[in-house]
Amino acid sequence: MKSLAELKAIKEKAQAQMTARENNDDGIRVLVGMATCGIAAGARPILNKFVDEIAKRNIHNVKVTQTGCIGICQYEPVVEVVVPGQEKVTYVKMTEDKIDRIITEHIVNGKPVTEFTIGSYKD
Amino acid sequence: MYRSQVLICGGTGCTSSSSEKIINAMQVAIDNAGLNEEVKVVKTGCFGLCALGPIVIVYPEGCFYSRVTPEDAEEIVNEHLLKGRIVKRLIYDETIDNANDTIKSLNETPFYKSQKRIALRNCGVINPENIDEYIANDGYAALGKALTEMTPAEVIQTVLDSGLRGRGGAGFPTGLKWKFAAGNDADQKYVCCNADEGDPGAFMDRSILEGDPHALIEAMAIAGYAIGANQGYIYVRAEYPIAVNRLKIALKQAREYGLLGKNIFDTGFDFDLDVRLGAGAFVCGEETALMTSIEGKRGEPRPRPPFPAVKGLFGKPTILNNVETYANIAQIILNGAEWFASMGTEKSKGTKVFALGGNIKHTGLVEVPMGTTLRQIVEEIGGGIPSGKKFKAAQTGGPSGGCIPASLMDVEIDYDNLLAIGSMMGSGGLIVMDEDTCMVDIAKFFLEFTVDESCGKCTPCRVGTRRMLELLTKITDGKADMEDLEKLEALCDYIKENSLCGLGQTAPNPVISTLRYFRDEYIAHIQDKKCPAGACKNLLNFSVVKDSCFGCGMCARSCPADAIFVTDYVAPGKKKPAYEIDTAKCIKCGACIGTCKFNAIIKK
Repeated sequence: MKSLAELKAIKEKAQAQMTARENNDDGIRVLVGMATCGIAAGARPILNKFVDEIAKRNIHNVKVTQTGCIGICQYEPVVEVVVPGQEKVTYVKMTEDKIDRIITEHIVNGKPVTEFTIGSYKD
Repeated sequence: MYRSQVLICGGTGCTSSSSEKIINAMQVAIDNAGLNEEVKVVKTGCFGLCALGPIVIVYPEGCFYSRVTPEDAEEIVNEHLLKGRIVKRLIYDETIDNANDTIKSLNETPFYKSQKRIALRNCGVINPENIDEYIANDGYAALGKALTEMTPAEVIQTVLDSGLRGRGGAGFPTGLKWKFAAGNDADQKYVCCNADEGDPGAFMDRSILEGDPHALIEAMAIAGYAIGANQGYIYVRAEYPIAVNRLKIALKQAREYGLLGKNIFDTGFDFDLDVRLGAGAFVCGEETALMTSIEGKRGEPRPRPPFPAVKGLFGKPTILNNVETYANIAQIILNGAEWFASMGTEKSKGTKVFALGGNIKHTGLVEVPMGTTLRQIVEEIGGGIPSGKKFKAAQTGGPSGGCIPASLMDVEIDYDNLLAIGSMMGSGGLIVMDEDTCMVDIAKFFLEFTVDESCGKCTPCRVGTRRMLELLTKITDGKADMEDLEKLEALCDYIKENSLCGLGQTAPNPVISTLRYFRDEYIAHIQDKKCPAGACKNLLNFSVVKDSCFGCGMCARSCPADAIFVTDYVAPGKKKPAYEIDTAKCIKCGACIGTCKFNAIIKK
C-alpha cells in the first residue's frame, strides 16, 4: 500500500459488491414478481439485469428484491417500482430492453415510463 | 454482481451449533437451484444475539432468520431466494411487523434499538476473512490518515482528548499510557495486545477477533506509529481456535497489501505483528505476567514499578491494551476526539461492550453508551429474565468484580459508579442472576476459580484464597459460626492489601460485595443453617407433603438413589398411599421435584 488513492480504489471496488447489505428502508424498492408464473415468464433474467444495471451505474439507495404473485399472471413478468411517498408503479410484460429506460427515467429522474405500465397495456 | 447475499454467522457460538454445516448446505442448495451466480454466501463474525443462533441474514431484504438448522437451508433457498417468499417460521419474531405483515429492520428491535456499535461495528456485517470488505467500511483509512496527515504527538493527543479508557477492566486512560511510552527514548519499543480474555462469561474480545480482526491490526499499527514502535505482539489464548485462525488470515492479507511491513503508505513507517498463543492461565491477563509469558517464561507477575511504559517486554518500553480498547481507535482517529467524547458520562466516554449471560433471555453481546443503566441492559435489551422469575443481582467484572443488587439497577454504569457500589467494570462480563441463585454459592464459585488460577508466586493469594474458600465451604455446608465470618472478612482485607498483582488484590471482591448487599444470606447459612435461595445442597432437605401426594409413584421411579418409598398413610380424598423420602439416602439431585405433577415435593 503506497498511497491513500490506492486504498480508496480498493474501497470503492469492494463497496460496489456490498451495496446489497445496506440497511436503508427509506430507499426506492424494485420488486420483481418471482412466483411460479413470474419465473415461467422469464422474471429471473429481469431481476438479474436490474441488479447488474443498478450496480453498473453506481446507484445507491435502491433495493432490488423479489416478491410473490400479485394475481395478474397473464401480464408477467411484472415489476413494481416503489418510490417512498408516491404511489407504486406496476410495469407489465417486462423484457430486458425495457429496463434501461425504467432505470434512467423512473429510478434516476423520477418520471414513470407510462407506456410500460399496466394502465397503458393493450392486448 | 450478486442480487442477494446470505450472511451466516461463523462466530464460536453459532459454529458450535453447526453453522459450518448450514454454510455448506446453503451453498449446495444454491448450486442445485442454479443460483450460484446470483446469490453469494458470506461467513461473518458474531452478530451478538447468540441466544438465537445459528443466525442467517438474507440481504437485500435484511431478513433475520434465527435458530436455523442445516435442514432449513434448502427451504430458504427454494422459497426465499428463488421465489421471494420469506420463510416466516424461521424469522426472529420481534422483526415481524404484525400490523402490516412486513419485516421490520433489525435496528428497530428492542435488542438492537438502544445499542451503539463502535467496537462491534463490523461484527456480523463483513466477512472477516476478506480484507476488502473491511476496507469497504472505511478500514485502514484511519491508519492512512494518521501516517500521512498527523504527527505521532497529534495521534496521542486525539486519543487523550477522546477520553478513551482501557476496556480490559482497570480503566486507565489509553492516551496517557501511549504518552508515557512515547516519552521514553529507546532503541526498540513494543506494542502489545491483551487478547487473553480470562474472565468467565466474557467473550467480546473473542468476538472482535473473530468478526473484525483487521480493526485490531489497524489500531496496533496506529499505536506503533504513535509511540515509535515497529513491532507488536498479540497475546491470544489457544482456546480460541477460530479467532487465532482468522487473525492469522488477516495478518497475511494485511502484509500482502503492504499495510503491515516496510514503508507503509510510502511514509517510511515500518510495522509488523506476531501472534503469541497463551495456554489459558487467568494470571496471564495481568500485564506483567502476560509480557513474561510472551518472553517465553512462566507466566508470573512482577512488582510494578517499573511500569511497562518504562520497562516492559524484553526490558523495553511497551504499551499493552485490550482488544476492545484497540477496536475503538480507528473510529476515534477518523471521526475525531470530540465525536467519541460526546458519548458516555463525564469520566467514562464512548461505549462499552457487555457479554450478557446467566438468567437472561437474550444471551449475547451488546454495546451500549457508557451511562446506560443496568435496568435498561437487563430488561430492555436483554429481554428480561426467563420464566417470570425475579431479578436478584448482576455480577460484573468476573472474579475480580462484584454483585449489583436489584436496588441499584438504576445506577448509570460507568467505571467510577461501578467502583463506588463495590463492583467494577472488568472486561464487561455481565452475569444476571434470578431469585434461585444463592449469593454465598456465587462467591464460592468465583473463589474456586481464583484458587485454581492463582499462580502461586505470592503467599497472600496462594494460601489466602484457599483459606477463604475453605471458610465459604464451611458456611455453605452449614458448619460455620459467626467467628468464621469475622475471619473471612479479616482475610479479605489482608489479601487485598498484600497480594502482588491484580489477581490477588481483587480476588476477595466477590465475597466483599456479596457480604455488603446480601449479609443476611450469609447469616441465614450460619445461624439458621438454611439457604434462602434453596441452592446449597447440604442445607436442603427434600420431603413429600403427604396430604398432597396422590401416590402415583412417579417420584420413586425417577429417584436414582432409591431413596423414595411408599408409606401406609392414605391422605383424605386420595386413593393410594403417600410416598416419603429417606433423607439419609437422598442425594438431593432434585429429579423427583421435576416429575411430581402435584407439587407435592418440597425442598427447604
